[in-house]
Amino acid sequence: MIRAVCCLALALCAGGALAHKPSDSYLSIAVDGDKLHGQWDIALRDLDFAIGLDSNGDGDITWGEVRSRHAEIAAYARARLTVTLDGTPCPLRATEHLVDLHSDGTYAVMRFEAQCAKPGAALELGYNLFFDLDPQHKGLLRLEYAGATRTAIFSPETARQRFELARPSRLMQFFDYSREGVWHIWMGFDHILFLLSLLLPAVLIRRARGAMAQPGLIRGWRAVDRFKPAFWEVFQIVTAFTIAHSITLSLAALGVITLPTRLTESAIALSVILAALNNLYPLFQRRRWMVAFAFGLIHGFGFASVLADLGLPRDALLLALVGFNLGVEVGQLVIVSAFLPTAYALRRTAFYQRMIFLGGSALICVVATGWLIERAFNLKLFVF
Amino acid sequence: MYALVTVAAPRVPTADTEVLERLPVRPNDPSMREIRELRDSLAREPQNLDLAIRLARRYFEQALAQGDPRYVGYAQAALKPWWDVRDPPTSVLVMRATLVQYRHDFPAALADLDRALDREPDNARAWSLRMVIHLVQADYEAARRDCAAFAPLVDELSATGCVAFIDGLTGGARKSLAALDRALARARDASAEQRVWLLERLAEMAWRLNDTKLAEQYFKRALALGITDGFLLAAYADFLLDYGRAPEVITLLKDWTLADPLLLRLALAEQAVNAPTARAHQATLADRYAAARLRGDTTHEQEESRFTLQMLNQPAEALRLALSNWRIQKEPRDARVLLEASLAARRPDAAQPVLDWMRETRIEDWYLQRLADQLANPRKGAP
Repeated sequence: MIRAVCCLALALCAGGALAHKPSDSYLSIAVDGDKLHGQWDIALRDLDFAIGLDSNGDGDITWGEVRSRHAEIAAYARARLTVTLDGTPCPLRATEHLVDLHSDGTYAVMRFEAQCAKPGAALELGYNLFFDLDPQHKGLLRLEYAGATRTAIFSPETARQRFELARPSRLMQFFDYSREGVWHIWMGFDHILFLLSLLLPAVLIRRARGAMAQPGLIRGWRAVDRFKPAFWEVFQIVTAFTIAHSITLSLAALGVITLPTRLTESAIALSVILAALNNLYPLFQRRRWMVAFAFGLIHGFGFASVLADLGLPRDALLLALVGFNLGVEVGQLVIVSAFLPTAYALRRTAFYQRMIFLGGSALICVVATGWLIERAFNLKLFVF
Repeated sequence: MYALVTVAAPRVPTADTEVLERLPVRPNDPSMREIRELRDSLAREPQNLDLAIRLARRYFEQALAQGDPRYVGYAQAALKPWWDVRDPPTSVLVMRATLVQYRHDFPAALADLDRALDREPDNARAWSLRMVIHLVQADYEAARRDCAAFAPLVDELSATGCVAFIDGLTGGARKSLAALDRALARARDASAEQRVWLLERLAEMAWRLNDTKLAEQYFKRALALGITDGFLLAAYADFLLDYGRAPEVITLLKDWTLADPLLLRLALAEQAVNAPTARAHQATLADRYAAARLRGDTTHEQEESRFTLQMLNQPAEALRLALSNWRIQKEPRDARVLLEASLAARRPDAAQPVLDWMRETRIEDWYLQRLADQLANPRKGAP
C-alpha cells in the first residue's frame, strides 16, 4: 500500500491498493450459425456515470429508475459494440433486460441477438463501451462457439479483435455429444433407477404359488440357476429400452413431436414408481421388455430436453443426435455390466433378496414418489 | 432431468421501488457538485488545461477517499487531449505520474516526474511523489535526495517528516520517532489530514518497535480526528489482528465491505472468531481477485497472497504472489507477506531477497525479525 508523503506538504496524495474492483463489463457471446446470442452485464454505477440513472437524485438506483431507461441503455450499449461476420455487419437487437449481482454491486443485464447474413469464419468485435469516460475500463469477453469457449479482454488498445471461428472437427463434435450422453445417463438418477428397477429381478424368477421359500429368503421368488437366462432377460430389457428412447429422442430432437417438460418429467417419475412397485407387488412378470419399451418411449423425451439445453448444431444435427444417443447407450452398458455380475453372484443371499431387491425397490418407490409430487406440482423436496 | 447445480442467475426484480445500487456519494454532495460543474465546463472547452487538471485532481481525491479506481480512469479521461502526446505540459506530466503510479507502473511514473523536474526543479508535488515511489521501490538513497530537494520548498513539518520517514526504515527508528513526534507537537497549524497521516506513520513506527501501548495511542489519536481514511483503518485493523483483537476489527470495519483491503481484514477477523459472515466475505474476495486477474491487474498481489495463505491455506500459491509483489513493492508489509509465505511453504530460500533487504536497510521491526529468526531455525515454532 503506498501513499505519498504528499500529505505532509500538499493535498494530493498518491494512491495505492486501497481499491474497489475497477470498472469491468462482462460480455458473453455464443455463435450459432448465422446468429449470435449474447449477454452483456454492465455495472449500474458505470451506466449512472454515463447516462445518469438516479433520476430523483437520492443516491439510490431503483429498479423503476433502471426500467424506465431500458431503451436508452440498450441504445447506448448497442452503439458501442459492433459485430461483423466475414466483413458483413450483424445488427444487434436487445431481447431482454434483467439485473444480476456481481462481487462489486448490481449490474444491468442485457440479453441480445445479432443476425448475420450467413454463417462465417471470421468474427470481428469492436468494443467501445466507456472508453471515452474511463480509459481504465475493460470489457471481459467470453466467446462460445461449437462447444469451445475462449476469453478475451477489450481495452482502449485492443478495442477491435478478430476471432477465427475454426470449425471443430466432426469427430470431436461427435465425441463431445457422446460424452454428454454418457454423463447424462449417469447423472440422471431417474433413468438409472428405472433401469435398476427392471434389472433387479433379472437374477430371480417367480416361483409357483404355494411353494415354500428357503429359510431366510423371500416368498414368491427364487434365484436363477444359470447365468444365461439372466443375461438374456437383461439383454431384452436394455435393448427394448434403448430402441424405445431412441425413437422418441429422435422425434423430439427433430421437432416432430413436442410435449411439455412438466408432463414428460412427471411421467418419467411415474414410470420409476410403477417399475419398482412391480417388484413388490408383481403385475407384469413375463415380458418385462415390453414395460421397458413402453416407458422407454417416455424417457426418450427426457433425454431430448437435455439435448435441447445443450443446443444442437444446425449443421450437424444428425451427428449430434447419434453421438448423444450412443453416449447414452454406452453409459447404460457400463451400469449394466457392473450390475449384472454382482447381482448374479449375490442372487442367493438374503442380503440381495431382502435388502437389495425388496428394500431397494421400496426405496426407489419412495424417492420416485417424491419426484412425482415435485414435478407434477412444481415443488422442491430434494436437493438432487 | 434434474439440474445438479443451481447458479445465481440474472433476474427481473418485481418491485419498482427495489433499490439495486447505492451510489457511494449522493449527487447533491458538495464534492460531487463541484466535480459536476468542472465536468460540464470541461465538456464545453475540452482543451482548457487548467480545468482539466483541476477536474483530474478532484477525481483523484475521490479515488483515494473512496478507494474506487474508477475515478482514476475518469481523471485520465479528463486529460485525454494531452495523455498520449510526446511532450505534454508539466502539470500533465505530474498528474499522469500520479495516475500511473496508482496502478503500480512506477518506471513510467518516474520517467514523467524526471521530465517535469527537469523543467520545474521547484515542483514540490513532483518531488514528494518521486520520493514516495523511491521509498516503495526501497531505493532509499534516491528518496533521501528527493527529500533534500523537497525541504526548502515546504514547511518544516513536511521536511522533517520526509527525512524521519526514511530514517525510520533504515536503522534510526527511535530517533526519528522522537523527532517526528516533536515536529508534530510544534506544528500548530497542521491540517487534520496532515495530522492523521503523521499519526499513522508514528503508530506504525512504534508498532515496529513493539511498543504496543504507544502505537495504540497514536492510532487512537489519528482515529479521533474523525477523518475517513482507509489506509488508517487498514493499518489499525492489522495492528488489532496481530494482537488477537478480532472482535474490535469487526466493529471497526463492518461497513467497509466495498474496499477490498478492508474487506480482507474484516474477513480475517471474522475467520478468527468463526463469525457466520466469514464464508460469504471470503467468497466475495475470491471473486474480486479472480476478476482482477481476468483483467490483468496485479496491484492486489500483496493482499491476495495474504488471503491465499491465511484464508485458503495454499502456501505455494501465496508464495508465488508474494514473490511477484516483492518485485514491484518493497515496504515492510510486502516483506512480511513474503516471509510468512516462505515460512508456511517451507521455502526459506525464497525469502532471501527480503532477508538481504532487512540486512541492508537495518530495519528495526520486531515482527519481521522474529519471522527471519524462524526461517533460520525452523524448529522454534510458529509465531
